[in-house]
Amino acid sequence: MSWLRTFWASTVGKKTVMAVTGIMLVGFVVAHMLGNLQMFIGAEAMNKYAALLKSTGELLWVARAGLLVAAALHITAAYQLTMINRAARPEGYAKQEPQVSTLASRTMRLGGVILAAFIIFHLGHFTTGTFHPAFSETGVYGNVILGLRSPLVAGFYVLAMAALGLHLFHGAWAGVRTLGLRKRSADPMYRRLSMGLAIVVWAGFTAIPVAVLLGILN
Amino acid sequence: MSATHATGKGMTLTLHVWRQAGPNAAGRIVDYPAPDISPDMSFLEMLDVVNERLIAKGEEPIAFDHDCREGICGSCGLMINGSAHGPMKLTTACQLHMRSFKDGDDIWIEPWRAKAFPVIKDLVVDRGAFDRIIQAGGYISAPTGTPQDANALPIPKADADLAMDNAACIGCGACVAACPNASASLFTAAKITHLGSLPQGQPERDRRALAMVAQMDEEGFGGCTLHGECQEACPKGISIDAIMQMNRDFVRASATAVQAKEWSGAA
Amino acid sequence: MARKLDAKIPSGPLAEKWETHRFEMKLVNPANKRKFSVIVVGSGLAGASAAASLSELGYQVSCFCFQDTPRRAHSIAAQGGINAAKNYRNDGDSVQRLFYDTIKGGDFRAREANVYRLAQVSVDIIDQCVAQGVPFAREYGGLLANRSFGGAQVSRTFYARGQTGQQLLLGAYQALEKEIARGGVTMYSRHEMLELVVVDGKARGIIVRDMLTGELESHAADAVILATGGYGNVFYLSTNAKGCNVTATWRAHKKGAAFANPCFTQIHPTCIPVAGDHQSKLTLMSESLRNDGRVWVPRRREDCGKDPSQIPEADRDYYLERKYPSFGNLSPRDIASRAAKEACDDGRGVGPGGRGVYLDFADAINRLGRKAIEERYGNLFEMYQRITDEDPYTRPMRIYPAVHYTMGGLWVDYNLMSSIPGLHVLGEANFSDHGANRLGASALMQGLADGYFVIPYTLGDYLATNKLEKVTTDHPEFRAAKEAVETRTKRLLSINGTRTVDSFHRELGKIMWEKCGMARDAKGLQEALKEIPALREQFWRDVKVLGSAEGLNQSLEKAGRVADFLEFAELMCLDALQREESCGGHFRTEYQTEDGEAKRDDERFAYVAAWEYAGEGKAPILNKEPLTFENVHLSTRSYK
Repeated sequence: MSWLRTFWASTVGKKTVMAVTGIMLVGFVVAHMLGNLQMFIGAEAMNKYAALLKSTGELLWVARAGLLVAAALHITAAYQLTMINRAARPEGYAKQEPQVSTLASRTMRLGGVILAAFIIFHLGHFTTGTFHPAFSETGVYGNVILGLRSPLVAGFYVLAMAALGLHLFHGAWAGVRTLGLRKRSADPMYRRLSMGLAIVVWAGFTAIPVAVLLGILN
Repeated sequence: MSATHATGKGMTLTLHVWRQAGPNAAGRIVDYPAPDISPDMSFLEMLDVVNERLIAKGEEPIAFDHDCREGICGSCGLMINGSAHGPMKLTTACQLHMRSFKDGDDIWIEPWRAKAFPVIKDLVVDRGAFDRIIQAGGYISAPTGTPQDANALPIPKADADLAMDNAACIGCGACVAACPNASASLFTAAKITHLGSLPQGQPERDRRALAMVAQMDEEGFGGCTLHGECQEACPKGISIDAIMQMNRDFVRASATAVQAKEWSGAA
Repeated sequence: MARKLDAKIPSGPLAEKWETHRFEMKLVNPANKRKFSVIVVGSGLAGASAAASLSELGYQVSCFCFQDTPRRAHSIAAQGGINAAKNYRNDGDSVQRLFYDTIKGGDFRAREANVYRLAQVSVDIIDQCVAQGVPFAREYGGLLANRSFGGAQVSRTFYARGQTGQQLLLGAYQALEKEIARGGVTMYSRHEMLELVVVDGKARGIIVRDMLTGELESHAADAVILATGGYGNVFYLSTNAKGCNVTATWRAHKKGAAFANPCFTQIHPTCIPVAGDHQSKLTLMSESLRNDGRVWVPRRREDCGKDPSQIPEADRDYYLERKYPSFGNLSPRDIASRAAKEACDDGRGVGPGGRGVYLDFADAINRLGRKAIEERYGNLFEMYQRITDEDPYTRPMRIYPAVHYTMGGLWVDYNLMSSIPGLHVLGEANFSDHGANRLGASALMQGLADGYFVIPYTLGDYLATNKLEKVTTDHPEFRAAKEAVETRTKRLLSINGTRTVDSFHRELGKIMWEKCGMARDAKGLQEALKEIPALREQFWRDVKVLGSAEGLNQSLEKAGRVADFLEFAELMCLDALQREESCGGHFRTEYQTEDGEAKRDDERFAYVAAWEYAGEGKAPILNKEPLTFENVHLSTRSYK
């Protein structure tokens, strides 16, 4: 397996791992968002959807394990690359002007850290119920409404989803480019696609805490 | 004796220049007033004038690399007001003219900054890492005297053009300097794409990608996060599409190496 | 006392000389090659190709360059292309024609045998470069594209956009890096050669300065190759890179290598005119521009200040088309340059100081469309606009001649060996192939011919036929050479006068441009021969070089080079003075026809002037190598 070690040791290998796992996570995020939007159909639909997911049993655990491994690899590669990149410029410039890099590209690391913190909180909030004031194993709809009533908590969700949008805007584009799925980049279509994806995901997720706060969902 | 152009359009500038006596000395930014600068001067001619004045005062002139002064040798490399080679696109510092600045401007001049490009003196850095990346595989092995007739191998114009676009690299290091990660991906990828676009480059293509990427990492450059700053800074307009090509070649070569069970190229 | 210089030209018919010679030369046994060490100074087309090829053969090579990497040698700046007698266009080209064009273009002052060999190996160069991955321009059918160039009526120039020199150099550089990685070549970047070491009459090593530490190093070898380029920077303003210098060849000259035809310098007709006193170098634009651009000046002096678009067709003088109807805008470089000078001397020049002529693309843009012109010359147009702030698509370019190439150089025989055994000289640094004028796209050809296809054979013959005692750097000659460099360096640093190195260089350049430039006469040359020693004397009394001998000191580097230019310039003027004829790039105003064309004197001057150093303060000795022409008819060069 020495090839794997060499592959992982290189910056290009690590970036490839980040791109592949990133795209897997994007897929999950989109599916998750679509599932969440059933909140707007009603409590029955939402609870039924949740029950359906749980009924898959082992399959659910396989999916969860897959996501966990993807996230772990994504974060490990990101951490190691960050360390390599920092070491590559021990002395910075007295003056440096970004020319074309975007806010999104420059905040990938900060955004990643916010998202990691969010995921831990979110799992404890709605999956295990550890951080939830009145957690019910079967009442997903109610959990969401009660869980997001606190403006502080809802605010954190809104902030985290903004970070997610920004992360996706650069990440989705960079991911496919890193994999070289597209050779020529003269036209900006991929940039627009990733912008669209980022907006849809951000809006889809943010709609729920906002709707709860405004009393549209209750 | 100072070589000042008497156009009457002289500008007065303030330079903030990185001065460092030697590789191990501590450096700092030193301010120099630069009066009577003609807008027709190139940036390096402006530095010449400042240096002539420094020598006259008995101060050591500012060391900077330069040679052809026509934008092709790749010797000059200065971070000017926070952007590599200064404000003008597709232009090296030697081809940048002072008409890009205004009377009264402050100009910050710093060396390329990267662990793999240690400062030698003032604005001069050591870019030997680039040579070592080429040594790792940036060539086609065609010993003198062996080839067939040049026209025996037709090459589609589009492939030849793509090769030329990437072969235009002058090895100045602006891509590294501008990259927030000090990554040499664009430099390495340009050579991989140049040679990989041509039929002559195919036999060594896998080995080349693995070995050059390994050397690039070995030198202590950062990784690519697709900020796009390198492409913007490149005086020859080389596209980050090259990096996509490098990644593809690297991944494909890794996969091939697994299949062939003869992974040895990159170690 | 004059020596007889033996050019060692093989006997037999011209077309068979090289083939016969290759067979007759002794070979070094493959197993023995690694026992021989070779020093290559310079890493341009000639140096890099020689170092790589010799290493491929198995020799132990050490390669030196003053730049931070071998890829930056000034060959990189050549734009237009490289000639080869491939006859891919089926337009009547052949080895014989390339040979004839080169001999005629050089105004019959080059050796037939050398030039013929150059034409022969030209075809191999293209094959070699394509195999290395040099991305030459191609047609849609996938085959190589060609264009025509000044001084030729066939299309034999291969090119890679406007960056042919860069691409060829990178090909050679990559081959060199491959050999460095393999361990065949040891590369010494940022090392400047400051002395040649001669032991028992043979070149056995060099003294170099490590430009980063200031340390003087001695390197010994079985043979030394100089590929250190030309001396155009003696004019201060030239199209050469700032670092180009005469030091290596001048040091070798002072150790006994004859210097041939130093007055043969080429002025390139299509450079961007001088903008002001701050000018540090001149920028050349490929003469391929003359394929589609038309050169003109206003017919009347009073129109010179006008916007060119306001000057109607009838008031324009397309002087090249008028004077040379069959070659027109593609006349050879020396002729085009002098014609521009004449127009400006006549008061019809345009731009700052009236030193410029128009190069107009309006017709070509109308005929071919802007896109086609962009495709051909896009990068040159951009460069022009960056420098002048004028748009050449809508306003004619302004051009003026500038010093570009030096045909003169160290004298070499057919084997490219100088008059010091073991010292070989390649590329622009030697004098051999271009006579009194070089044709466009021939410099790249010669550099690569010497490095890839000549020296690998001839050096083997030298090593195989000479008994070379082992020499180490402890030898007294090495120690003496190193001490001489140390003394010189100390002296430069201790003067602490009032004038900068550049100010001396500028002043020297001015003398040379005015008195030994595009046109020369005895009076001016005699004046220059008084002014140069006086300036040299002042330099050694009043130059100000700051810093120390340790570490990077760019002022010290420059000072050493300018000191050598100050000695060399004198030889150049002497050579120009003795050559009482006009030929190629050497135009003596006393020797011209009634309509102002160069008047050659084959009776008296069909020879190579090879100067021998006679010692400090002594007049150099002129050795003459007669040139015999058995295969071409000595004709008056006419491009009318």
